[in-house]
Amino acid sequence: MSILIDKNTKVITQGITGATGLFHAQGARDYGTQMVGGVTPGKGGQTIDGFPIFNTVEEAVKATGATASVIYVPPIGSADAIMEAVDAGIELVICITEGVPVLDMVKVKKYMEGKKCRLVGPNCPGVITAGQSKIGIMPGYIHKPGPVGVISRSGTLTYEAVWQLTTRDIGQTTCVGIGGDPVNGTSHLEALKMFEADPETKAVIMIGEIGGDAEEKAAEYVRDHMTKPVAAFIAGATAPAGKRMGHAGAIISGGKGDAASKKAFLRECGISVADSPAEMAEALLKIWQP
Amino acid sequence: MNIHEYQAKAILRNFGVPVPEGHVVYNSNSARDWAKRLGDGPWAVKAQIHAGGRGKGGGVKIAKTADEVKQYARDMFGMTLVTHQTGPEGKVVKRVLIEEGSNIADEFYVSFLVDRATAKVTLMASAEGGVNIEEVAEKTPEKLFFEAVDPVVGLLPFQARKVAFKMGFALPQVKQAVPILMNLYKAFVESDCSLLEINPMIQTVEGKLICLDAKLNFDDNALFRHLRIRDLRDYEEEDPMEIEAGQYDLSYIALDGNIGCMVNGAGLAMATMDIIQLHGASPANFLDVGGSATIERVTEAFKIILSDKKVEGILVNIFGGIMKCDVIATGVVEAAKQVGIKIPLVVRLEGTNVELGKEILAKSGLDIVSADGMADAAEKIVKAVNG
Repeated sequence: MSILIDKNTKVITQGITGATGLFHAQGARDYGTQMVGGVTPGKGGQTIDGFPIFNTVEEAVKATGATASVIYVPPIGSADAIMEAVDAGIELVICITEGVPVLDMVKVKKYMEGKKCRLVGPNCPGVITAGQSKIGIMPGYIHKPGPVGVISRSGTLTYEAVWQLTTRDIGQTTCVGIGGDPVNGTSHLEALKMFEADPETKAVIMIGEIGGDAEEKAAEYVRDHMTKPVAAFIAGATAPAGKRMGHAGAIISGGKGDAASKKAFLRECGISVADSPAEMAEALLKIWQP
Repeated sequence: MNIHEYQAKAILRNFGVPVPEGHVVYNSNSARDWAKRLGDGPWAVKAQIHAGGRGKGGGVKIAKTADEVKQYARDMFGMTLVTHQTGPEGKVVKRVLIEEGSNIADEFYVSFLVDRATAKVTLMASAEGGVNIEEVAEKTPEKLFFEAVDPVVGLLPFQARKVAFKMGFALPQVKQAVPILMNLYKAFVESDCSLLEINPMIQTVEGKLICLDAKLNFDDNALFRHLRIRDLRDYEEEDPMEIEAGQYDLSYIALDGNIGCMVNGAGLAMATMDIIQLHGASPANFLDVGGSATIERVTEAFKIILSDKKVEGILVNIFGGIMKCDVIATGVVEAAKQVGIKIPLVVRLEGTNVELGKEILAKSGLDIVSADGMADAAEKIVKAVNG
């Protein structure tokens, strides 16, 4: 068990003929992921490094039986690519692309309402189930199978947390990079719920950032429903105040969004919060032993 | 991206939103000429800077004669306007907007923005206009009204009506407010705004609704499809280092400390700043080299960090995913060759191609301190700089 993906998950890459798409499709295959093909409109019928290419996601799904898709399509076409995957019946769409317009994501979220599809991202490192399947841009070798789930808005900070666990000989079930954009597919809260339901996950590290109130909502769930120990780190304690563009965003989402108030609230909810990013694993070990 | 008030009003006018007639000027003589063309006065003379709170700092004046317009404009040109949004250094006024005056009977607040929680564009309105809306939200949240917009059908007339009645308008004003709100929404989505704020929207003594001030912010990620809006960018309003960084797709923000940072990923960059502070020093900057930095960009990143004279040491913290450690290492070596790094440099590499990266650094002959882990890296750079 794990969440979202495992060794049986069949994946296609949208944008596979781009340099980035191909590089990470190869990396995923090397890790053991069932990367069964890719989509690039106009190049259907060809192959690239052994991956069959299809013109549309629909064709790719029909031919390969893929249930997951990873998107490296440039920002101008990312929203369209996500919705194409949703329409083709893909169950899990992971959008790596950085720089997708926010209003495109507003449309995507509306389009996905009522559809049986989960989106992770955009602007995220992807999802990895340690030792089984890697869908995204994370370096595979830093992960090791084990009992800890990891959730993060940030890519590289996720690697940091994973590395701290692995070097202490503590493995991971699944690591989910939910992405740093204001409107994204999967929230901290939804990822926590999946880890709570997963019997193999025994503890969770959640990494947040300043701004918004997604971490607070997840913390309320930890306080009220979560049976597994959770440790956290909030990045941005030293970020300069007044660099925000508008003030209306903080008002509507409630809460102040600064690191100090987030950390205080998380601690109130029973989460072990690390002050230093070098102590994320330590914070978990204070409240849980593998 | 931010634009000036007069530019925002020009955009809104194109969407059929009532804004005062006016003209931007760059010297006080033309201020007087334009005042006469706009009518008999009174006129509003408004300093154009990318910050709110201009009135309190002397950046907004009401003139009764054309000579007064000229005088106020002359006072404003070149003045450093300090408001609660400019920071203590303030901003120099280089453009002034001359507008026809309005007889204000009442003031209201209207804005549109994307609500993260609902993933919808949301209309926010209040009968409390012309004031700091953050205070209204904190002290009297019941006076703020929200309406989430379905992206498929857009803001519907009944939604605009609901909000207009809640704002306390009488029927003649509700009839004006509905198309104004719908056109503001249209302007928001068709221009890919991240924030559209009208504060205040006024009701004149004659009963007419006018958007007296306008603030538009745009989603940088969507500027590729709004070339005319992109051209409105005023580089003089921005930090020159941040502009320089932006040309190489680097995300850079100058800070007050003495330890320069180069990191990949915004989250890790913030965390690196945090850990420098935890070790008793201060970061000189936030710098995210992004996920696909080229050797050229890494070299530029170093040049930008080193151009800050406060910087006494540099910490490079890279955890490679897309970004390969050998690219970073090559960039470090190139930059050292080009600009010469004479201050302590601590490099922490982990992730894709880490061994290759470490090898490139070791063979370079440069005086680079290698670190294992973030805590070790922070400790080493702080010790090297502060002793």
